[in-house]
Amino acid sequence: MTTRWTRKDLLGLRELSADQINFVLETADAFKEVGTRQIKKVPALRGKTLVNFFVEPSTRTRTSFELAAFRLSADVINISASDSSLTKGETLKDTARNLEALHADILVLRHGSAGAPQFLASRLKASVINAGDGAHEHPTQALLDLYTIRERRGKIDGLHVAIIGDILFSRVARSNIFGLLKLGARVTLVGPSTLVSREFEKLGVEVSYKIDDVLPKVDVVNLLRIQHERQRREYFPGLGEYTRLFGLTKERAKLLKPDCLIMHPGPINRGVEIDSDVADGVQSVILDQVTNGLAVRMAVLFLCGGISTE
Amino acid sequence: MSAMIIRNARVIDPANKRDEVGDVYISDGKIVASKSEIRNPKSEIGEINAKGLIVAPGLIDMHVHLREPGFSHKETIESGAGAAAAGGFTTVVCMPNTSPAADNPSTIAWIRDRAAAVACVNVLPTGAISKNLAGEELAPIGSLAQAGVVAITDDGHCVQNHEVMRRAVEYARMVDLPVFDHCQEYNLVGNGVIHEAYWSTLLGLPGWPAAGEEAMVMRNILLAELCDHHIHCQHLTTAGSVRLIREARARGVKISGEVCPHHIALTDEAIQNFDTNCKMNPPLRTQADVNALLEGIADRTLSILCSDHAPHADFEKEVEFDAAPFGIIGLETELGLFLDLLVHKHRKIDIARLIEMYTVEPARLLKIDAGTLSTGAPADVTLIDPKLEWTVRVDQFQSASRNSPFDGWKLKGRAVRTIVSGKTVWKL
Repeated sequence: MTTRWTRKDLLGLRELSADQINFVLETADAFKEVGTRQIKKVPALRGKTLVNFFVEPSTRTRTSFELAAFRLSADVINISASDSSLTKGETLKDTARNLEALHADILVLRHGSAGAPQFLASRLKASVINAGDGAHEHPTQALLDLYTIRERRGKIDGLHVAIIGDILFSRVARSNIFGLLKLGARVTLVGPSTLVSREFEKLGVEVSYKIDDVLPKVDVVNLLRIQHERQRREYFPGLGEYTRLFGLTKERAKLLKPDCLIMHPGPINRGVEIDSDVADGVQSVILDQVTNGLAVRMAVLFLCGGISTE
Repeated sequence: MSAMIIRNARVIDPANKRDEVGDVYISDGKIVASKSEIRNPKSEIGEINAKGLIVAPGLIDMHVHLREPGFSHKETIESGAGAAAAGGFTTVVCMPNTSPAADNPSTIAWIRDRAAAVACVNVLPTGAISKNLAGEELAPIGSLAQAGVVAITDDGHCVQNHEVMRRAVEYARMVDLPVFDHCQEYNLVGNGVIHEAYWSTLLGLPGWPAAGEEAMVMRNILLAELCDHHIHCQHLTTAGSVRLIREARARGVKISGEVCPHHIALTDEAIQNFDTNCKMNPPLRTQADVNALLEGIADRTLSILCSDHAPHADFEKEVEFDAAPFGIIGLETELGLFLDLLVHKHRKIDIARLIEMYTVEPARLLKIDAGTLSTGAPADVTLIDPKLEWTVRVDQFQSASRNSPFDGWKLKGRAVRTIVSGKTVWKL
């Protein structure tokens, strides 16, 4: 570990080098071990205050950050959109400055607008950790995906990863694309043409609309949730047709290489993008992702939270 | 009123096809032919030695938002007129998306009264096409004409219903008002905030496709033909729009288009750090679009230059990119940007054509007595130093707002004195 971490914030993977990404993953190795101890707590962030500021609802990511902070001995407060002053017309900047006036050291931000973490990071002394901004980036999700692939396959360089589903609206997809490409993976995007435009090829990935051609070739499939609750109707005709064309059914799963990993950032829609049995099958690493998310988030909080005191 | 002689300047007056070193004489707020025609010659005659400068008819910006009534925290008629003067403009045409909207004669009367009381330049109001800019029912266009509007437009909005637009254009023809349109097809554009292409894909921001503009440009061409009346397409941004307008003008359709400086100075790449001062509607496009706009200016497809001066307060712009209002201010940078980019850098047009696009072209479209140094015309004059190198400093702007992406830009060429009705209203 020769790389030194000098970043106050973690806003996305596009801005990180391969070395910096690997440094986070290596730091996460040490924290993963903490989770296996009898006493699952270290004093790394004792006396630090972390604010989980979730302007957009989330349970999974928020609790993962919260638990990661507890295990680092930080003090944690959770603020959601409904109990912040944003609903009373206060601007994001004013809300965040109020939190900083309370001497918050780390702000974990989930927000529906792309760029909201950049906006706050440039205006606050506190560390800003992006927990998902609009359809832009979700760096800790991609880091935990990378961590899980690396843990299972021993490497990332040279692997072929398919990301399947709603790419257009997915911050998970974008962060994964940036991270995977930096670490030397080959990436193929698969999904309806309305949600996977050819424009993505300019990011350095391949685009395919024929899932059956892609599945036999890849080492990892990362299935994204179809966010049908906020999908405008025009993007595809319906969930039934989506499953028929792009769902990882039992039949399709047989096309996969035996050692191909099946990943999903959750929450999964059983029977839509993934068959229920496949989600629970031997190739699935969906729950490993959750466990690794904790270690990765501890690493990120430790690295960025440590910077702000210097 | 005092008299003034501007000596030794390069006088560029495209309306009279004049481009020569000479003098310009002003008396009682009018242009006069010679010194002997100055009345009251005993009173003091101001003399300006304008050697090395260009004397042009006062420039006209026919697309600005002065925000009054209703949004005086962004700009007032007084501060906006001050910004116009500092930018070299003697006449501005203000858009009707105020609060209340300028869709009725009383609001137009209020704007004109206010301008007469406080504005140091000529302020000409436009009226709305539709009631409350809602695109559903026609505003009282005939009454607006009588109240003194120079055009009708729903700028900021776009009438989506083609039948409503058709009837507005037909009706406007009767009262001899040009129709301006902000070309945006709402279904195609949706909640787009950035040009739909590479950067929207990378940043995950909702895309605003070029087709969303071009669909309405095409609609306007069809309606201009159907109604045999002039439709002017505001702030055009895409290669497709240029192509459509070029083809239609070649066929003699009464259609025209304008360009804002930001759409040739910047591309969508400028948004990569989520700077809300690069958020405007229509959005910044690609380099290919910029090149097409430049060609459209060079071959006269696009005939008018303007700013779409759109002031917003800091606290309004200092928010998430999605949430920020569209628009930037432009009155105090547009002449410098266009001189720098069109004349000096890209050499697409000469300075005489640039002046023509800011004077003769808008005056002809608006049918107003402006944009010329003809004897007897109002003495609205702009002195330009085409080679002066200067740095944009938003904190020195006359505008009440600061939302410009050009702070710190080094530009070549700017106005150094602005004269309205014979009176110097601004000087560098």
